[in-house]
Amino acid sequence: MKIGVLALQGDFDAHRNRLEELGAEVVLVKKPQQLDEIEGLVIPGGESGTFLKLLGETGFEKLKQFARTKPTFGTCAGAILLASEVENPKQAGLGALDIRIRRNAYGRQLDSSILEGRFVEGKLGESPIEMVFIRAPKIERIGPGVEVLATEGEDPVAVRQGRAMAATFHPELSDDSRVHRAFLDLVSNGHNK
Amino acid sequence: MSQNNGSSTSLRLKTGLAEMLKGGVIMDVTNAEQAVIAEKAGAVSVMALERVPAQIRAEGGVARMASPKKIREIMAAVSIPVMAKCRIGHFAEAQILQELGVDYIDESEVLTPADEAHHVDKHAFKVPFVCGARNLGEALRRIAEGAAMIRTKGEAGTGDVVHAVKHMRQIVQEMRILTVLGEEELYAKAKEHQAPYELVRMVAKAGKLPVPNFSAGGIATPADAALVMQLGAESVFVGSGIFMQDSTNFADPEEAERRAKAIVLAATHFNDPKVLLEVSENLTGAMKGLAVAALDEAHMLQTRGW
Repeated sequence: MKIGVLALQGDFDAHRNRLEELGAEVVLVKKPQQLDEIEGLVIPGGESGTFLKLLGETGFEKLKQFARTKPTFGTCAGAILLASEVENPKQAGLGALDIRIRRNAYGRQLDSSILEGRFVEGKLGESPIEMVFIRAPKIERIGPGVEVLATEGEDPVAVRQGRAMAATFHPELSDDSRVHRAFLDLVSNGHNK
Repeated sequence: MSQNNGSSTSLRLKTGLAEMLKGGVIMDVTNAEQAVIAEKAGAVSVMALERVPAQIRAEGGVARMASPKKIREIMAAVSIPVMAKCRIGHFAEAQILQELGVDYIDESEVLTPADEAHHVDKHAFKVPFVCGARNLGEALRRIAEGAAMIRTKGEAGTGDVVHAVKHMRQIVQEMRILTVLGEEELYAKAKEHQAPYELVRMVAKAGKLPVPNFSAGGIATPADAALVMQLGAESVFVGSGIFMQDSTNFADPEEAERRAKAIVLAATHFNDPKVLLEVSENLTGAMKGLAVAALDEAHMLQTRGW
């Protein structure tokens, strides 16, 4: 299975390591045309505004098409990119997930934290999951087609809609591989259909 | 969100933010206007300063932490992480910066040192620290003190990349040597590097530092950024090179924005000469600069820190 990791900036290496551990063949994506060679894409953590600048208009449009037709998974900045509506400040989103997301919603680095959250019953697993939040965004609104996969307190922190998945925390920075595994399942299932 | 304060948790959060800054450019800024230009150009973070290193070098005097008012102004102007510098060993400046809520503190040789023997005990802080290093021993001593990110020192404020290159090569080479040594040889290496054995062993096993390794000190052009990234830097700090025309005058803001954008693209596409040519072609010039080879030892900032 050939999976791309958007490598414009951010913690793309952590994602690459995790995906390779799980047996995927990983391509670091820096150019729009590389999207044609992959079956699924991970958008890593980093600075979402920087991603937008580096994508440029052409890259953004190409990525938008990709996220609508192929499995795409974003963490933190990646989740912000996939959203339909972005606040603080307002910026463009790919619209693959019908959610409103607020950047830096919990505060600055001093408010970053490692917490224990849970998957929603029947999804991804029974035992608690460690969640690393770094200057994390918050999902403030969820559209009707969006499935909540995990919560921390009252907040939805991992969601899925069709072929798109997102987490506001960083599963790539924990040892638990269940979230990445779920994404790879999504890619293989999409493939079988 | 509640806070978990265990020390390994704390270190993971600190290095976690550095992970998010990889492949990016951190730019020195002296006011809100420059911070906005940096963010617009795609900087992943800004370093809030009273004066950039080139000005500090030209004007002399004691260089201290920037005024909190100025830093606060910059924090309010952008949504990317904001860093600020404290003097080496000046833990009270660090306490003030942590209270202010900056996202990273640079315990920096660019400012006048406040302690001739001790660096700040960075484990005592919740805010992460970045520190400069010229070689592996220095990097590991800073990591032992709690630094969550290392950057090469280079020679700040010169626009001459030669020592950023020297220090990155030095660190990478010293790490490479460790990976081929036998277990029993690492004890002597720890003594030679004047660094904790456990950290030396960790580097020998992993072939890299246990925290992200960035580059700083004299990077002035997109080609400079690409050079240090190809040598192993995971991100670059650009100080005077973007907003200065020479050591005393600011560059035209439009020129600064073009330079900033070009360096951001170069950091991402550091191994793609086609893109590097394209971004270099759009520039009309770079900071005048100061050749490091012509500097007296006494005027070197990199020798500060122990």
